[in-house]
Amino acid sequence: MFAVCAKRTARRKIGLKNTVEIRWHGRGGQGAKTAALLLADVCFKNGKHIQGFPEYGPERMGAPITAYNRISDDELRVHSNIYDPDFVVVVDETLLEAIDVTAGLNPEGAIVINTTKSKEEIAKHLNGYAGKVYTLDARKISEDALGKYFPNSPMLAAIVAVSGVMDRDTFLSQMKESYQHKFAKKPEVIDGNMKALQVAFDEVKP
Amino acid sequence: MANNKPTDISKITEKSPWQELTLGNQIYGPATSKLFNTGEWRTSTPKIDWEKCRQCLLCVPVCPDSSIPVKDSKRLDFDYDHCKGCGICVKACPFGALVMEHHI
Amino acid sequence: MSIKERLSGNEAVAYAIKQINPDVMPAFPITPSTEIPQLVANYIANGQIDTEFIPVESEHSAMSAAIGASAAGARALTATSSCGMALMWELLYVAASNRLPIALALVNRALTGPININCDHSDSMGAKDAGWIQIYAENNQEVYDNFLQAFRISEHKDVMLPIMVCQDGFITSHALANIELVEDERVKAFVGEYQPENFLLNEQMPMAVGPYAVSNYYMESHRAQVEAMENAKQVILDVAAEFEKISGRKYGFFESYRLDDADYAVVIIGSAAGTTKDAVDELREEGIKAGLLKLRVFRPFPADEIAEALKGKKAVAILDRSETFSTQGGPLTSEVCAALYKRGVNVRAFSYIYGLGGRDYTVEDAKEVYYTVKKATESGEQLSEPVYIGLRSREDD
Repeated sequence: MFAVCAKRTARRKIGLKNTVEIRWHGRGGQGAKTAALLLADVCFKNGKHIQGFPEYGPERMGAPITAYNRISDDELRVHSNIYDPDFVVVVDETLLEAIDVTAGLNPEGAIVINTTKSKEEIAKHLNGYAGKVYTLDARKISEDALGKYFPNSPMLAAIVAVSGVMDRDTFLSQMKESYQHKFAKKPEVIDGNMKALQVAFDEVKP
Repeated sequence: MANNKPTDISKITEKSPWQELTLGNQIYGPATSKLFNTGEWRTSTPKIDWEKCRQCLLCVPVCPDSSIPVKDSKRLDFDYDHCKGCGICVKACPFGALVMEHHI
Repeated sequence: MSIKERLSGNEAVAYAIKQINPDVMPAFPITPSTEIPQLVANYIANGQIDTEFIPVESEHSAMSAAIGASAAGARALTATSSCGMALMWELLYVAASNRLPIALALVNRALTGPININCDHSDSMGAKDAGWIQIYAENNQEVYDNFLQAFRISEHKDVMLPIMVCQDGFITSHALANIELVEDERVKAFVGEYQPENFLLNEQMPMAVGPYAVSNYYMESHRAQVEAMENAKQVILDVAAEFEKISGRKYGFFESYRLDDADYAVVIIGSAAGTTKDAVDELREEGIKAGLLKLRVFRPFPADEIAEALKGKKAVAILDRSETFSTQGGPLTSEVCAALYKRGVNVRAFSYIYGLGGRDYTVEDAKEVYYTVKKATESGEQLSEPVYIGLRSREDD
């Protein structure tokens, strides 16, 4: 009786000009959601219309999570998840085994992966994705700069560099302001975070 | 901007149209329950024999309806507007000064 | 000048509460509304507002305390979601019948079961008959604006009813997005102080609240509540007009998006309206005259205005984000169809269910609704209704 339904047709980009859609894949506790919110924040400061939102489920440390960004010159009205992103960020390479991270990814876009492997090695796990593949050793960058493993700051810088949503100097100066606000009570971590951003921005490579 | 008019509950009856109820049926003013003559519910009535009463006042605190007024440390006659005729005062009286009457 | 910011929906409501600085906020945490009391508690701890926060042990107590505070003469509010509101159920009716202008920041989440934390409207739609005003938002901007208007509506002397300000759980509550805030002084002047005519702490005029109403009074009491709801319609419009003066943003019972000359209309509530707007624009490019009626005020239900707005359309699709299990579609469908029928507006209406338990609703889904409705209208074909959007079914193959 209740059979008829609109089928889930293949989705495609929304029709807005100058709109970038980004999908983040991470694991609970790695800060992928925070990174998506920070990206939205820094793009807002740069005069953009922004959305930063996680896909919520039963969050647990280590469980796969997804977060999204839309960044546009136009007002954003759509409130769905992103199925055909321009860019994908993979905060933890072990997700490549479990998740189809390139699903719907625009071949004109790019994927950025936190890994020590070469682009050639990692490409095997990307279901034949034809677009650009960028890699970054976020663990090394984070541990060198902060003495701890927080992959989200390097990955944030990497996606800004790869997507070109803003230039290096604007990004870094606005992130410094954000960190000064966020870490007002522990200013000693600001320099390390800034260093992680700078190194990641410069080191991410196709 | 307080409302200074107490509710005249005698004017809100089972015949009142809905427009004449107060907001949320609120009742304004202190001690409006005095206007409600629950004494009408009584089928038996306590009577006092002043000859036997020693003014011990044991009947006063046991009355569930506060219907035994006290003035200058002495009880007065019953407040028949509110006495429901439960008879507890009669049981409490050590001197047989109170009796229940079962007629009109 | 307005302040350009970026806030999530929950942050926006908490910010509105900070600007209003209400007297009492009892609350109990529940996903996805937890951030609201959490952020308000921060504002209080930081000395930014002097609201009395009551950390109660359940939502039943949260609403009970709000009722007590409001009856005492305080401007009171709380926040909750889903099962939290279900636990308030008994008190929702008490707040309404006692005519206490409490505000409830509701972050819509599916009712259990099966247990689920994501968005649908089953919580607020379940409480649609509790006697509360219900206002819904498409995005963080609207939930902020609605909250600033809430007490002006609920505390109006012709209304004196509690108000539920709803937003879509996670979809807007946890999404960071651009927002324009109204300056503190303007908010303060707009919202004003709560000055109840009568209140329990008024020693000049003691009062009784919530007396027992026997059969001879209960029906009259409810009729009086209906009158207050009727009065709320004009008050909602008046407050919106005044709000427009300080914000530049226009509000009514609903928003008509490209509706006037539309052949096919969708009626929808909440964040999915934004997604549908993008679909409408794309369909217009394709030459399909699509339009949208986004309902903002569900209680009181603006039946006259909805019927008028939908008059002359070739067909209407009514999209519900909650089930009634009547087998006839959701509550919005029932009420819109009743509004049309009673006013002799003979528009073919299709019943849809979407987004239950957080099921995503995309621009493609919205377009498919218009395509399907157009095809069925032109061919006279019957659909199996309600149509479930994005439902997996054996018949798909």
